[in-house]
Amino acid sequence: MYDVIIIGAGVSGAAIARELSRYELNICVLERDEDVCCGTSKANSGIVHAGYDAASGTLMASLNVRGNELMEQLAQDLDFPFRRTGSLVICRSPEDMPRLEELKARGIRNGVKDLSILNRKELTEMEPNISDDAVAALYAPSAGIVCPFGLNIALAENAAANGVEFCFDTEVTGITRADGGWLVVSKQGNFRTKIVVNAAGVYADRFHNMVSKNKIHITPRKGEYCLLDRSAGAHVRHTIFTLPGKLGKGILVTPTIHGNLLIGPTASDIGDREGTDTTCAGMEQIMKNANLNVKNIPMNKVITSFAGLRAHEDGHEFIIGEPEDAKGFIDCAGIESPGLTACPAIGEMAAGIICGRLHPAQKTDFIAERKGFLNPQTLTSEERNRLIRRYPAYGNIICRCEMISEGEIIDAIRRSPGARSLDGVKRRVRAGMGRCQSGFCMPGVMKILSRELGIPRTEITKSGGNSRIISGLNKETGYPAGGDRP
Amino acid sequence: MEKHLTCIGCPLGCRITVLLDGNEIANISGNTCKRGEEYARREITAPVRTVTTTVRVTGGASPVVSVKTKTDIPKDRIFDCIACLKNISVEAPVNIGDVIVKDVAGTGIDIIATKEIPRR
Amino acid sequence: MNIYDIVIIGGGPAGLAAAASAKDHGADSILILERDRELGGILNQCIHNGFGLHTFKEELTGPEYAARYINLIKERKIPYMLNTMVIDVSDPCRDDPDSSHCDASDGIRVSPVRKITAINRTDGLFEIGAKAVILAMGCRERPRGALNIPGYRPAGIFSAGTAQRLVNLEGYLPGREAVILGSGDIGLIMARRLTLEGAKVKAVVEIMPYSGGLKRNIVQCLDDYGIPLKLNHTVIDIRGKERVEGVTVARVDEHRKPIPGTEEYYSCDTLLLSVGLIPENELTEKLGIRLNPATHGPFVNESLETDSPGVFACGNVLHVHDLVDYVSEEASVAGKCAADYIRRIGPLSDGNDPCISVRFSDGIRYTVPSVIHPARTDETLTLRFRVDRVFRNCRIALYSGEERIFQKKRLVMSPGEMEEIRISKQKLMQCSGHEALTLKIEHI
Repeated sequence: MYDVIIIGAGVSGAAIARELSRYELNICVLERDEDVCCGTSKANSGIVHAGYDAASGTLMASLNVRGNELMEQLAQDLDFPFRRTGSLVICRSPEDMPRLEELKARGIRNGVKDLSILNRKELTEMEPNISDDAVAALYAPSAGIVCPFGLNIALAENAAANGVEFCFDTEVTGITRADGGWLVVSKQGNFRTKIVVNAAGVYADRFHNMVSKNKIHITPRKGEYCLLDRSAGAHVRHTIFTLPGKLGKGILVTPTIHGNLLIGPTASDIGDREGTDTTCAGMEQIMKNANLNVKNIPMNKVITSFAGLRAHEDGHEFIIGEPEDAKGFIDCAGIESPGLTACPAIGEMAAGIICGRLHPAQKTDFIAERKGFLNPQTLTSEERNRLIRRYPAYGNIICRCEMISEGEIIDAIRRSPGARSLDGVKRRVRAGMGRCQSGFCMPGVMKILSRELGIPRTEITKSGGNSRIISGLNKETGYPAGGDRP
Repeated sequence: MEKHLTCIGCPLGCRITVLLDGNEIANISGNTCKRGEEYARREITAPVRTVTTTVRVTGGASPVVSVKTKTDIPKDRIFDCIACLKNISVEAPVNIGDVIVKDVAGTGIDIIATKEIPRR
Repeated sequence: MNIYDIVIIGGGPAGLAAAASAKDHGADSILILERDRELGGILNQCIHNGFGLHTFKEELTGPEYAARYINLIKERKIPYMLNTMVIDVSDPCRDDPDSSHCDASDGIRVSPVRKITAINRTDGLFEIGAKAVILAMGCRERPRGALNIPGYRPAGIFSAGTAQRLVNLEGYLPGREAVILGSGDIGLIMARRLTLEGAKVKAVVEIMPYSGGLKRNIVQCLDDYGIPLKLNHTVIDIRGKERVEGVTVARVDEHRKPIPGTEEYYSCDTLLLSVGLIPENELTEKLGIRLNPATHGPFVNESLETDSPGVFACGNVLHVHDLVDYVSEEASVAGKCAADYIRRIGPLSDGNDPCISVRFSDGIRYTVPSVIHPARTDETLTLRFRVDRVFRNCRIALYSGEERIFQKKRLVMSPGEMEEIRISKQKLMQCSGHEALTLKIEHI
């Protein structure tokens, strides 16, 4: 019998797990995919929003601002990449100035600090590549950029270090009341628990509706992105937004924490909860809209494109808490933007609700800090050489684009929860994330995964499930021994 | 009967038409130069190819070694030749020119190694 | 810090030929830095035959061709380091132009010693000094992202070269049923390789109206196995979420836009991309060397010297070749010129030679070299270039002012095959008074 079962190992689930791991609780995270950070958490803008977007008085607004405040300390404690770079909302027409002012006023109401409106001169000094049409901008210095994988993985590792169990490849298919608690049914077996936390992203409505008569409805809202090479990463220094419209914040242009340039997302509501495919229309829209606020974007430097799904609930509000008719079932649903920013606060809030039910004792041996992946490129030559003498694998470069060594890849695999696939390695230490998109390092990373995990090369996957990279050995099929070719 | 082929002599890639009377070549047309005619004659009467592939290596620095037919073999024997190599495995070290399979698929041609594979 | 006369970055065909040639022309202190575990570069995975017809007058496989050059290196006892990645090259003088350690060469102040930072398991991170540098890093493949093909990002999408490495060096078959996008030579060669290893190749799809590969490869890799080559077609959708399940192929119009209604679906578990090669010039850029947007390689002069004196480039890092024989030949010139640079003999030491730039007319994408000092050339200068479309029955002509100083008839020229002309030093010397030569394609 678990105290808490959390469905979903995205940022919300991981943040809640980490918060709860401060207490004497028996916690398990069930994840459908093979790793943490496989759904909405892995495909988004990686922005830590300031908090002026959401309507005042909403959970979205308060958790955004609170999450933004918490992010800095969390990044220090858990050693993941985060930087306050500031954001600019661009106004391209004098008629829109009242809307920009309104946004600022809303930000102030929401508790966002240091907001100011910049005139064109101030703006172009800060961003030389800003569009010639820009007349003014709302500047929010508290906005920042974060590695969404880094954040999610750090939370999960720290939760695991504090005793939280993670079950991957475990898809929950049913939840029923049992003995005053819950029976969670999955293809991999059943779990009994006192509390269920529903952090299932675009599937959160399904689980909610299994236990509550008050139905909720989530629409997957697809966002497509283009990622540009690092040589284009300095094109802008802040996150550049357009004045928000109906379907969200429009297409942004931002440096990423690792120095690439990211453009997106589009916004289209789709029926398919698995519809993370990119589309012609989406790519065209990005190409067309990217230049509205920023000029001369070198679109020939696109190295990859991707799509993510926002879990948009009809009420456009975070749903965090127990449904009236399902005590002990804690929703964490409708977590769309600014969910990544808010996740530390979501963790706090959900943990608060659960502690109110279970009244657990605080752990005396809680480990509050986690050491991130060692990046040898941040070391001095002397330190790096000491490291290589001790662990020669750090001298063996596997990914030439990002200059990632075997040592870092081994680190990614040996963590708990560790990487078990090419994408798992990529999300942790960036091997394969660069301009050749794993063309060079794929065979090398496969070899290391095979050795470290003790499985044959033919079993290595791109991202778990049926995503095996190679189908077998040469001549294995098509040639019956000694015979002709069929 | 007419057969069509593309000359590989140069980038021009002439489309050559060969008119056959039974097994005899009656006429060759479409070629721009003499080399095209020679190519067509060879391709029609006795097309041959060098086959290159890999075989497994045990105890080597590399799991496979690249190999080739020492000289050309008849084109229609390519798959027989590959089928013979399916279960072949050689022990390292391997040197360039080492015979891996003698008289592959009865063609009279040996399979030889094209790369040096030292012991692991 | 160990200082070498010449450090060669890359131990593939270009680096090997450059090293042997530099040694033969008197350079003594040479080091090759290679990131792989063996010398030979991409040739090691090119196990098909057809290499060396020009150089050795016989058909060799890639590893055999590499072995000949590796032997030259071993005979000459030229040192090399394997498993060693160069991570930085710098010109201390560029970082500090006032430094007293700078030499003036061609009016450009350069450091007499470039600093190369490399890393490996045994030596860790270390620095090497180089009086001359030969860039021979080769090229890499364009990834899917550069194409913006919509769809999911499942397993089973490989660049053709990655698949070639898996099959030929590691013995693993990437899939059972494949479609290949792009008809460059690696794509064509891989169509045959996959077929021979037991996979079914359903089509090779090419967006252009012509193949980017050699005729010989189309016949012997596709026609021999009944694999269709679909010109004027492209992949417009990739199906499958975990592993590729199929691709949709459509015909394109003259603007390379898909034509609605022409879609065809191919079920397959593998999509290979052979959609172009890009010279790998990250290190070149660190030296502030100017790159040619047409080749993505550095601009060079007749000595294959970049605009940073003493830094030479050859092979695929300079411009993508289709025949390794030409890489070896080009690299030999770079090796010789680097050796001359080190000895500071002859015309290289004089910065005041007349310099002619090479211009070109419509239809030509680029030339290598792009500037010529006639006084510094060998007895003949090889000018290499590519056309941007197919030309039939035409003439390559080189003009100095109004005067045609060279011409050569060609029945056909295509973008897939590099062209070259050879001009005598004597002719070039006569042009010294002119500012530019102009290369033209003329219909006859």
